[in-house]
Amino acid sequence: MKKAEVKKGKKKNVLKEYWPLYLMMLPALLYLLINNYIPMAGMVIAFKKLNFAKGIWASPWAGLKNFKFLFASKDAWIITRNTLLYNVAFILVNMVVGIAIAILITEVRNTKLKKIYQSAILLPFLMSMVILSYIVYALLSAENGLVNNSILPLFHIDPIQWYQKPKYWPAVLIIANCWKGIGYGCLIYIASLIGIDPSFYEAARLDGASKWQEITKITLPSLVPTIITLLLLSIGRIFYSDFGLFYQVPMNSGVLFPTTNVIDTYVYRALIEQGNISMSSAAGVYQSLVGFCVVMLSNWIVRRVDKDQALF
Amino acid sequence: MTNSKKAKRFQFWINVVLILITLSIVLPFVLVFISSLTDENTLIRNGYSFFPEKFSFYAYSYIIRQGEKILRAYGITVFVTIVGTAANIAMSALLAYPLSVKKLPYRRAITFFVFFTMLFNGGLVPTYLMYVNYLHIKNTIWALIVPGFLLSANNVLMIRSYFNTSIPDALFEAAKIDGAGHMKIFTSITLPLGKPILVTMGLFSALGYWNDWTNGLYYLSGNEGQKLYSIQNLLNQMITDIQYLASGKVTGNIGAEVAKLPTTSIRMAIAFIAMLPLFIIYPFLQKYFAEGITLGAVKG
Repeated sequence: MKKAEVKKGKKKNVLKEYWPLYLMMLPALLYLLINNYIPMAGMVIAFKKLNFAKGIWASPWAGLKNFKFLFASKDAWIITRNTLLYNVAFILVNMVVGIAIAILITEVRNTKLKKIYQSAILLPFLMSMVILSYIVYALLSAENGLVNNSILPLFHIDPIQWYQKPKYWPAVLIIANCWKGIGYGCLIYIASLIGIDPSFYEAARLDGASKWQEITKITLPSLVPTIITLLLLSIGRIFYSDFGLFYQVPMNSGVLFPTTNVIDTYVYRALIEQGNISMSSAAGVYQSLVGFCVVMLSNWIVRRVDKDQALF
Repeated sequence: MTNSKKAKRFQFWINVVLILITLSIVLPFVLVFISSLTDENTLIRNGYSFFPEKFSFYAYSYIIRQGEKILRAYGITVFVTIVGTAANIAMSALLAYPLSVKKLPYRRAITFFVFFTMLFNGGLVPTYLMYVNYLHIKNTIWALIVPGFLLSANNVLMIRSYFNTSIPDALFEAAKIDGAGHMKIFTSITLPLGKPILVTMGLFSALGYWNDWTNGLYYLSGNEGQKLYSIQNLLNQMITDIQYLASGKVTGNIGAEVAKLPTTSIRMAIAFIAMLPLFIIYPFLQKYFAEGITLGAVKG
């Protein structure tokens, strides 16, 4: 009896002491509830035969029918393949190029030049995908593009209809993505390169190590934790892609879909352009669930290898 | 002697490589700028080029003279960026501070509630249906501010760890002994001392709003929606129109359709004025951008 009273009193005190803090959190938590958690619950529509007159909850169940339709279509395979292959290519290219540029920049002795390089490399990161699509258009437009008008003639190559030929787009998108995103990774690599103990290099030089040996024996091994962190972050997102890069940069050109359609663009087009809620929601749930498993799995693997590198 | 010579040569070559890389990054922007200053006929004849035969200020004078639509879109972008960023920072700080108070009951559960949104999401379809059918956000200014960008769990957790690690506990203890409540501690200790992280995260939020065109794409449509187009949406619409015309789906008088489109140089001029504020603030805020990015890789 007494104990319960004490407990009650404690609870009251807790509320008395901490209510301002709970109040402070309220707007943000409400927003997360609306913006994030309600849509999670809304994923049930993928298992329903949606009838707007009845509303989402009262619509009849469809079981896995929507998913059967989705995976029976050729699109399901194409968008999964494109999403995964592009992400693997982006991860590898951006890692190799990012590390290479980061090493080059840290080797520069002239501090003014160093600053210029660092500033320039981050500049595209600040621009929107729409801007990137304008830049790609200025280069690749069939009639007005710089490449067709000024560069290809130098090599006596006929103009290419870039926006009509799917085979060029894996290369175009990998380069465009690298151009836009390289500064991000580069900066992180530079930050961890600066943290390497200079005495390692001094010792190596005394032993007569070459520059190449310094890089492969000291620099790269010291970067491993950073590489793993970045790798984990991007592997966790391997089932997602930048909607803008795949929708805006190829200018939503239907001819290019075989090499530019990814899960995100498929969901958008099915939903907004075709109003096909059952297909788009099935693809969305497919992405969310597999994406979640990938994050958990990659984190679990990292935890087993090195607990400090795990995200959670 | 030979060693220093070798080092000099090494410096020379890495600078050559880095200058080439820098050029490949900067020149595309230069191309957009020069194209916006190129005479329209030259553009149509020779395409976009670094060395146009004839320059012209036509595109910019057109924007100033009758670019009501463009100036409006610019205004909307500025409005959305300011309001959205202010709300984002306020909400983030108000959430991050209690999460940094170690004695707060249910702190771990609430932190998980925030963190879980980074691992899992419902995807576009339910989000879209909720905002359109239940919150009736379509074709309102809220469509550009509310969905997605108002709070980032990642940023909140970074702010929280900054509060935890960079502000000495002793300060809080001293304030408590002086009888300060949570509100007082928040406004007089946490906010002033947490300013660096709040500025950095605010900057990224502002960048997100300035560059966002997806919310406009999803939630604005028709004549009513076009009135709310941000500068990015306007750019997006123009490039969609070009593609539509090029696809040959248009029947009837194509000439009239083309005539309605802003000309090639004006398109690049609008792209340039959308980038301009970023070019201007970049030198001053570069430090914060760089800090924010490197913070992101260091988990909290």
